[in-house]
Amino acid sequence: MSERPEVKTDEQATTSGHRSLVGKLLLMAGGMFAFGFALVPLYDVFCEVTGFGGRTNTEAAVVVERPDESRTVTVEFVATLGGFAPWDFEPAVTTMEVHPGRLYQTHYVARNRTSGELTGHAVPSVAPGSAARHFQKTECFCFTPQAFHPDEERDMPVVFIIDPNLPRHVDRVTLSYTFFAGQTVAGRTN
Amino acid sequence: MSNTVTQAPAHDDHHEAPKGLVRWLTTTNHKDIGTMYLLFALLMFFVGGAMALIIRLELFQPGLQYVQPEFFNQMTTMHALIMIFGAVMPAFVGLANWMIPLQIGAPDMALPRMNNFSFWILPFAFTLLLSTLFMPGGGPASGWTLYPPLVQQTGDALPFVILAIHLMGISSIMGAINVVVTIMNMRAPGMTLLKMPLFTWTWLITAYLLIAVMPVLAGAVTMLLTDQFFGTTFFHAAGGGDPVMYQHIFWFFGHPEVYIMILPAFGIISEIIPTFARKPLFGYDAMVYATASIAFLSFIVWAHHMFTVGMPLAGQLFFMFATMLIAVPTGVKVFNWTATMWRGAMTFETPMLFAIAFLFLFTIGGFSGLMLSIVPADYQYHDSYFVVAHFHYVLVPGAVFAIMAGVYYWLPKWTGHMYDETLGKIHFWLSVIGVNVTFFPQHFLGLAGMPRRIPDYATQFANFNMMSSIGAFIFGLSQLMFVYIIFKAIRGGAKATAEVWDSPKGLEWTVPSPAPHHTFDEAPQVK
Repeated sequence: MSERPEVKTDEQATTSGHRSLVGKLLLMAGGMFAFGFALVPLYDVFCEVTGFGGRTNTEAAVVVERPDESRTVTVEFVATLGGFAPWDFEPAVTTMEVHPGRLYQTHYVARNRTSGELTGHAVPSVAPGSAARHFQKTECFCFTPQAFHPDEERDMPVVFIIDPNLPRHVDRVTLSYTFFAGQTVAGRTN
Repeated sequence: MSNTVTQAPAHDDHHEAPKGLVRWLTTTNHKDIGTMYLLFALLMFFVGGAMALIIRLELFQPGLQYVQPEFFNQMTTMHALIMIFGAVMPAFVGLANWMIPLQIGAPDMALPRMNNFSFWILPFAFTLLLSTLFMPGGGPASGWTLYPPLVQQTGDALPFVILAIHLMGISSIMGAINVVVTIMNMRAPGMTLLKMPLFTWTWLITAYLLIAVMPVLAGAVTMLLTDQFFGTTFFHAAGGGDPVMYQHIFWFFGHPEVYIMILPAFGIISEIIPTFARKPLFGYDAMVYATASIAFLSFIVWAHHMFTVGMPLAGQLFFMFATMLIAVPTGVKVFNWTATMWRGAMTFETPMLFAIAFLFLFTIGGFSGLMLSIVPADYQYHDSYFVVAHFHYVLVPGAVFAIMAGVYYWLPKWTGHMYDETLGKIHFWLSVIGVNVTFFPQHFLGLAGMPRRIPDYATQFANFNMMSSIGAFIFGLSQLMFVYIIFKAIRGGAKATAEVWDSPKGLEWTVPSPAPHHTFDEAPQVK
């Protein structure tokens, strides 16, 4: 036990060494916690740039028509209900043959199946992912919340254009809408 | 060393060490805490094992026999969470607590009070987790990966599960910080980094992995919590979120996590094989660099868990090749272990048997992993029993066998008594047969198309499932022997010498067996 005092000074010396290393490691842990959340905006940017996950525009796009008559692309329309939304919801036509660079219009039909006021909104998605950023909508019911009276049935228009730069190997593009009950619009708090 | 022994009682008086339960609640001694971690892991191994047996009982025959599908799903989820966070990880932390100070000649862990705290969080975390089974809606049933939107359908249990995961994460991070500080600051004079024993080395790297990824898991489950209760839409498509993003964040944690569960195992095997082959480890430096490379690569392969969610071709190719690249450093390790045994004067005591079984069976798990890394093949194997077979091969005869090997190897050092070698060998053979009968047929089930996480299956899968269930009961019940052998060695048995084995290398073999309460009060000199 005679050596106790000497051990104490040793301990004090190492304690400060411990403290600075612990500080750095805690900082690293905190940094990685923040990094987990930083992945959210990074993922958004990544999806918007690459079209990964079928991300497509949710605000009106400004486009110029440059029709490419030599090429025909099949566009398929899909409708899905999110959760247990009380609507009827389907595309007016399920496929269209289109030329890249030209604007086309179609519409979806939705009906409020309840006897109350309902507001819903549609979230768009395009497959395959490599076509997503070449698929532009200039007018779409998905840009704003859609309010329905009891039992109301309504046509909801979509105007779209496929960019002539669509990769050559893509000859079929699917536009899918999922209709959710509620106010918020995908990606934006309008 | 006799000096240390005579000093010990006086030392205890000085601290007025409490007895009984209070001693264990308040202890800051690395050996006490290591023991508690190991016993806790053993308990959780049986809790998680009981759940596995419920799963295998239900799958013994097609049709629904014993449990409802909802409960079956809770069992698969809880089995995984408990085995990963409650059994394998605490067992490694327990071994780290016991052995790292002994291996580097330090008197204790660097942060003894935090050490106590990080252990005592665990019983609360797992009480919380297990209590969810009795809540309205039952426990979590979405698989341990907790994918939204399915996990959002969990009943009242969800916030409790998330809180329990937070607690486990905090405990792991504190444990990891303690390991790093101990290793960086408290090595005996002369022990340079490249003279450290490999178990210490692998733990140093594992600790950095833990500090890097546990906070990411904490972030992911926090987002689940706020999505459910605070109106955020990180993973809700309706609000502009994306459930696929959860999978990316989760597996950014999840893939390094699987290396957290195997790197310390590599360390244990690298200690045991040289001892029983009576040769120094072949390619020590290569082993260190291979471990570091595996740790680095583990951060850039996460998306191979989710090839089927859809990904650009370039992404699939990148993650496929990066995954295959991991086979290179892993191959270096397997080669070096084999080369260590080459022309060695080998004996086959229980730790060595487990180590050799590890080497052989872990490699099988590695190969099925390579098959899964091939994108077009993965489209078929994904979420099938082939995946179940793969990760159980790397985790049971991989991580768990390494832990058992380590326990047999160091048990005489901890208790001062040799374990019963005959019983140890019987335990080994029952385990190795049980494991293979359980998991090998699951490869065939998966290739034939049986999906994972289902309580019922088509009748053509009946035979292999029956075999698998029989193997599971052999393996599960033979672990009762493991408990018996451990407690027998604690209570008595042949006296172990300080060296225990035939001239093993390492500072832990220079202290008496059992290792006294305080060791290396004066740092040894390493040449």
